Amino acid sequence: MSELAVEANPVSVGTNATPVLEVKDYKVGFKTERGLARAVDGVNFTLGTGKTLGIVGESGSGKSVLNRSIMGLVVSSRQIEEGSVKFHGQEIVGTNRQPYWGKKMSMIFQDPMTSLNPVMKIGKQIGEPLRMHLGMDKKQAAERATELLTQVGIPEPGRRLKQYPHELSGGMRQRVMIAIALSGEPDFLVADEPTTALDVTVQKYILDLLRKLQVERNMAMTLITHDLGVARGRTDELLVMYGGRSLEQAPTETLFNNMRHPYTEALLESIPTLDHAKHTRLNPIPGSPPDIVNPPKGCRFAPRCKYAQPECVTDDPPSVVDGDHAYACFFPVGTEANQLALEKNIAAGETAVGLPVTKNGQVF
Amino acid sequence: MAGSGNAHLRSDPNTLLRIENMVVEFPAGRKGKVHAVSDVSFDVVEGETLGIVGESGCGKSTTAKAIIQMPKPTAGNVWFNGKDLASLEGEEMRRMRPEIQMIFQDPISSLNPRRKVREIVSEGISVWGSGRSADGAFTQDRIDEVMTSVGLKPEMVSDRRPHEFSGGQCQRIAVARALVLDPKVIICDEPVSALDVSVQAQILNLLEDMKERYGLTLVFISHDLSVVKNVSDRVMVMYLGKVCEVGDGDHLFDHPAHPYTRALLSAVPGGGGRFEDSAESLEGELPSPINPPDGCRFHTRCPRAEDKCRSVEPQLAAVDDGDHFVACHFPHEVGVQFDLRNGGDTAEAAAEVAGPEEADA
Repeated sequence: MSELAVEANPVSVGTNATPVLEVKDYKVGFKTERGLARAVDGVNFTLGTGKTLGIVGESGSGKSVLNRSIMGLVVSSRQIEEGSVKFHGQEIVGTNRQPYWGKKMSMIFQDPMTSLNPVMKIGKQIGEPLRMHLGMDKKQAAERATELLTQVGIPEPGRRLKQYPHELSGGMRQRVMIAIALSGEPDFLVADEPTTALDVTVQKYILDLLRKLQVERNMAMTLITHDLGVARGRTDELLVMYGGRSLEQAPTETLFNNMRHPYTEALLESIPTLDHAKHTRLNPIPGSPPDIVNPPKGCRFAPRCKYAQPECVTDDPPSVVDGDHAYACFFPVGTEANQLALEKNIAAGETAVGLPVTKNGQVF
Repeated sequence: MAGSGNAHLRSDPNTLLRIENMVVEFPAGRKGKVHAVSDVSFDVVEGETLGIVGESGCGKSTTAKAIIQMPKPTAGNVWFNGKDLASLEGEEMRRMRPEIQMIFQDPISSLNPRRKVREIVSEGISVWGSGRSADGAFTQDRIDEVMTSVGLKPEMVSDRRPHEFSGGQCQRIAVARALVLDPKVIICDEPVSALDVSVQAQILNLLEDMKERYGLTLVFISHDLSVVKNVSDRVMVMYLGKVCEVGDGDHLFDHPAHPYTRALLSAVPGGGGRFEDSAESLEGELPSPINPPDGCRFHTRCPRAEDKCRSVEPQLAAVDDGDHFVACHFPHEVGVQFDLRNGGDTAEAAAEVAGPEEADA
């Protein structure tokens, strides 16, 4: 895989002795007919006990592959894994992670409709990991399943255990998924877009529930989302992914109040909010995400960035570390260099890659 | 929430679409019926965007489909251009179809994977011929023009098939297909829900541009309140087949009178804690549309419900002098709401409301 200018990253969530997860220069590639697809290309983060790391980015940014690979769920002879992932201090890259599943690490998926087995009763599905991972017998498993359903706020758990997934609503099914994921009392939970398929009211309930259960169990969590609104207020630290790289990472409030990377800024500006009056013109990000088989030389966001300068096209910006805030940009937002870059592009009418820039600094 | 009643229908001469007392029911089991849409009325003035918002299962998509008579509503009228679509049959209805087009949620599965983009976009014309154009010389120019206006290069995309495009590009193709017959109304059923945020912004801007360029009237359905607020002139909030609240978008979202609207707004992530008082209120599940609750359909989950709500169905009534109607026995008072954008407290906001009048005096 490509050589990367990645500095040791001091950004970490939680200061406990051994972090739950320590990820260093982690890379995941897939061999394809066209070449190596660098789905994750040198990501660093540390996750402490009881903390939440939010991972945001567009589809194809590598956020799901990153988490699934850490879990050891991507099993393919075409997959290549490099770098280091330490789980409770133990290196797990290149090892079989199946023994951790359920008891140590667990995952909830985006689509509660398809993640449950449609021909198996809820009770049996919750009981399965209890019996397999914790060695419970049938009766113990049924009792524990009832308890778990109560914990995730499902009324009449006894009746629900005997039902099939199609008899439950989407929010209910996601609660069952959470119950299954938490049944083995894991230390680390991956929540991969847990609320994307759900209504806002149900979404709020599920996110509140996850937060509550996480605090109760002092569990570490990564929350994958494409919704910055969900990430804000639900995470301790945020990692903004783009084309397999981490472009910016910082404690959540720092990131929102003091964002440095043009991509983070662009992502936030493209979202309609309730604070805007009707028909407020949105600022979409022009173009499309990079090809991860042949990523652009230089900064991967440069082709879509309104601040892009010649060096952005030729050189790969290294990760700059400023206290607990890391970002990879030559012209970080909020600096003089950034302002000058924009003025230069406005004067030229286009960025260094030829993206047209309007007089008020918009790209389209 | 139930809101029945037609107090919110306007007498604007430019009303293009007027739905009166529409009911859509589906058979369920031996005797049961799914009450998907129950006595819903609304109107859309030419050039306006009506946003319909609500949770899944509230009947918003069914409402949209019933407008284009797919399926026909069980009861009620759909007035369009002086004709009641619900009473038209066969060829008469077919003749109306080019006027009302639809854009669907999943752009990839709503395009035929075996067809080339040119065939997809031009199918409407091949069905209708050039009969719909004034000068008769429509076809190829028209197709190229529409494709260009939605941001597709005809020479680049015409001979490719949908799988070669991203979700956002596919949605552009779907918009082009809807536009090609020069419709008056486009019904957008969750057109951006399957798209990434950056692409979502592109498509929302595109719809605004197309609305301006082709003089369209839009009915825009979404479960995302921020999106609905952004595109809509007027917003209608639905719950379990009924209308809760209708009004000017900005006003309705800043001063929601219905407890359900407030609960929805309080659940928006990153909403900055709007209406925290109602945040915990929306517990329980959506009741079954086969046996909807009596009285106000929202009473089973409503924090303000009283005995009256369990037996008497509220009617839509004006909240204030402006364009704002609510179907609730105990609506939140709008006059004493504070302005969310400023986040001031109630007393200040009341003073602000009084301010301009004093200035006038």
